[in-house]
Amino acid sequence: MIRLTVNGKEQELDVDPQTPLLWVLREQLRLTGTKFGCGMAQCGACTVHVNGTAQRSCVMPLAAVQDQQVTTIEGLAPSDDELHPLQQAWIDEQVPQCGYCQSGQLMSAASLLASNANPSDEEIDAAMQGNICRCGMYGRIKKAIKNVAGVGYFDPARGEV
Amino acid sequence: MGKWTRRAFITTGVVAGGGLAIGVALRPGHRTPELAPLVSSDDETLVNVWVKLDSKNVATVIVPHSEMGQGAQTALAQMLAEEMDADWDLVQFEEAPPVPEYANYLLGYGIIGEVPKVLVPTFDGLMIKVAQSMAMQITGGSLSIRSTGQYGMRIAGAAAREMLVEAAAQTWQVPAAEIQTEASQLIHAASNRRAPYAEFAAVAAQMQPPSSPSLKSADEFRIIGHHVQRRDIPSKVDGSAQFAMDVHVPGMVYATVQRAPVFGGGVDKLDASAAKQVKGVIDVVTLPGSNKEDPFSGRQNIGETVAVVAEGYWPAKQGLNALAVEWNHYGRDSMGSDEIFAQFDRDITAGVERENDRLQGDVSMALENAAQVVEAEYRVPYLAHACMEPMNATAHVQNGQCELWIGCQNPLGFRDAVAEALGMEPGNVKVHNHFMGGGFGRKANPDYAIQAALLAQKVQRPVQLIWSREEDIRQDYYRPAVRSRFRAAIDANGEVASWENTYVDKHEPAEAPLIPYAVGSQDIGYVASPTNIPFGAWRSVDHTQHGFFTESFIDELAAAKEVDPYEFRANLLRDKPRHLAVLNKAAKEAGWEQPLAPGRGRGIALQESFGTLVAEVVEVTVTDGDVKVDRVVAAVDPGLAISPDGLKAQIESGIIYGLSAAMFGEVTIENGAVAQSNFHDYQILRMQDSPVIETHVINSGGPVGGAGEPGTPAIAPALANAVFDATGSRVRQLPLKNYDLKFRIEESDEVA
Ligand code: FES
Ligand code: FES
Repeated sequence: MIRLTVNGKEQELDVDPQTPLLWVLREQLRLTGTKFGCGMAQCGACTVHVNGTAQRSCVMPLAAVQDQQVTTIEGLAPSDDELHPLQQAWIDEQVPQCGYCQSGQLMSAASLLASNANPSDEEIDAAMQGNICRCGMYGRIKKAIKNVAGVGYFDPARGEV
Repeated sequence: MGKWTRRAFITTGVVAGGGLAIGVALRPGHRTPELAPLVSSDDETLVNVWVKLDSKNVATVIVPHSEMGQGAQTALAQMLAEEMDADWDLVQFEEAPPVPEYANYLLGYGIIGEVPKVLVPTFDGLMIKVAQSMAMQITGGSLSIRSTGQYGMRIAGAAAREMLVEAAAQTWQVPAAEIQTEASQLIHAASNRRAPYAEFAAVAAQMQPPSSPSLKSADEFRIIGHHVQRRDIPSKVDGSAQFAMDVHVPGMVYATVQRAPVFGGGVDKLDASAAKQVKGVIDVVTLPGSNKEDPFSGRQNIGETVAVVAEGYWPAKQGLNALAVEWNHYGRDSMGSDEIFAQFDRDITAGVERENDRLQGDVSMALENAAQVVEAEYRVPYLAHACMEPMNATAHVQNGQCELWIGCQNPLGFRDAVAEALGMEPGNVKVHNHFMGGGFGRKANPDYAIQAALLAQKVQRPVQLIWSREEDIRQDYYRPAVRSRFRAAIDANGEVASWENTYVDKHEPAEAPLIPYAVGSQDIGYVASPTNIPFGAWRSVDHTQHGFFTESFIDELAAAKEVDPYEFRANLLRDKPRHLAVLNKAAKEAGWEQPLAPGRGRGIALQESFGTLVAEVVEVTVTDGDVKVDRVVAAVDPGLAISPDGLKAQIESGIIYGLSAAMFGEVTIENGAVAQSNFHDYQILRMQDSPVIETHVINSGGPVGGAGEPGTPAIAPALANAVFDATGSRVRQLPLKNYDLKFRIEESDEVA
């Protein structure tokens, strides 16, 4: 039996402890917002928070999160009728296309802003470099993060070339 | 003709106005029980097959295209709502069920009595004979808006509005001409009457639909061309959006597969004993290969597959890893990328059975009289689609019926393919289509659905099949590798007198290799050079390869003449005002005239595809041989942008997709199999490599073009041309990562 807390709720699971957290979330707990993209920590689609920090759940054995606090996209918003500011910014900037990568993008961005409220461009790039968006929405993702961070966004129409 | 209650609908199948002017009319007596579920509650009325109204005045638009992120469903609903004069806040939409009434080809037949030309060359496949009675409910070829939207949605919306007006006129006993519509309300000003559409839905549904409802002109648009929020987005920020892999069917088990790594291979020996020891493994199954004629891609060699069914994906994967398989390669394991390109080279040189795309003027004469002859040869590799969501499908087969939960670009075609594989009537297969985590052409091919269905049939339980990323990269229907050879004559006056081009393998769209430039003599053609590698449509199909070739070569001609590449193109486009306009716009917005610092470069390219014209300017900085793409400026003329922000998002997306391929994308063949396997060796562009993108839209008023694909073709040549501007090295092969730009490339034909 492995015990852990997922989105504030205690869980006790009788699963092979080597099973990656991703599959436990999706199959046992039916939290399907966390996505499978590569299975080898290359794409970020499976990103969740473990004790508030972004981690790739596809390579994290269940045993490693024994007694830890796990947060998934379903638990990112502060309550059922509120959105996390990043989720609102994602809607405002119309970020998602297919949307498949976006749970992971949001979890990585939320982890970044939690530890660095005012990231520079380079810091955003570094924090987000593990998250692939095959639909290529990097510009919108960056803009949405900056909107929440409350820093100005380089506007190409006005900026120098 | 009965009232449009659900019951009347089911029992008689009489759908007054079903399909309206668009030729999918469901004739009296035509039994269509499949449509019944569309009316899901008793207070709903189907006004025509494209729209229903409920008692709260909410209009639900039924959209016959899948959503893979391109926002097509929102844009199509906008088109119907516009003509219907609906209140956008009271409009919702749902995807049409995969039944023949919603097939695009019927739509096409209905409009003009034959399949519209836009469908034949551009829809998502290669070598397609639309004349076959095949099922197409394709989302691809950028045709949702152009075809369904223009010919289906707008007409259906306008017809619905006219029927509602007529219904109100009869009830109120006033002339129809005195009734106005606005925001889902019917208004008769003289008698001060106003009522919601819903009040007249039932009456309207009994009416004869107008045969040619009148459409609005562009200056009357209030929803088309205006910004609306995409309706699918909120569910995509909180994890609630349902992709096919997110379904849970009671009693479901999981499966994963490996197909013969050498295409067309078979299972020689299989030892499943270790796999069956893995806790949670239920069964090990071998699935058949196929090499039958595929309507989408011609004949493709698809090998046998081993599958492991288990209590979860993880044990299934562990089981698959534990399988000891010996494959029979049938002698196809000697081919590699080098041999394939060498074969292309031989076949181009031999020119056997060369066919022409365009033959005009006298190319030999031009070459004879040339003051200068310019030659170049280009090549591009195979590419995988690498949709963010790996292939997956969930199936349940019982009592002669199959249910399929899937995200796909062609639900109707999938239904038929699965039915055939299971030996069922198509009507016994029920398809639930979901959001796709990317499609890009890959999810028009039903191989993964067939696998899931066969597994479910075998184990007699619902099965969720999930491919590993490795399987996704290694068992794709690849963008074909192409080699393309050019020769041009420049005459004594400095004019380009001839353009000669031969490439391998003709696919779709037919016009992809054609140039818009005013060159008198042209000989553009191809030879066949088939390989054993499965191929399929990849975002913008052949435009991505030919766009790179032709827009690189035109740049080389400008360089040979020592003329600015933008002005050179502009001069050759003097009789093409729409082309010239996008070219000028991109150059102007990019600040083409402004000088750049040393080590920086600018490149331009232009490609029309799927009815949309796109010019792109790329700016790069090259430091120690490393290319950083700083900025991309795109000018786009789609005729009319239905959803301006949606169009921009699609162009941004198409640019990044194409840039990722141009910089990193390469599938190589070694010993008959794909060498790459996951994102560490099939590299994808990431945030730190992605440029600032500016998109400028020109609404020229031309026919409405596509959005999902046209952003892609121009980016690779614009990048290569920018690298040339910065370094003097001409990039004739993709991807760029294979070049060492620390050194000036003199002879750039071979870099591998
Ligand atoms: S699925 Fe975990 S990083 Fe890709
Ligand atoms: S939105 Fe499709 S992969 Fe990011």
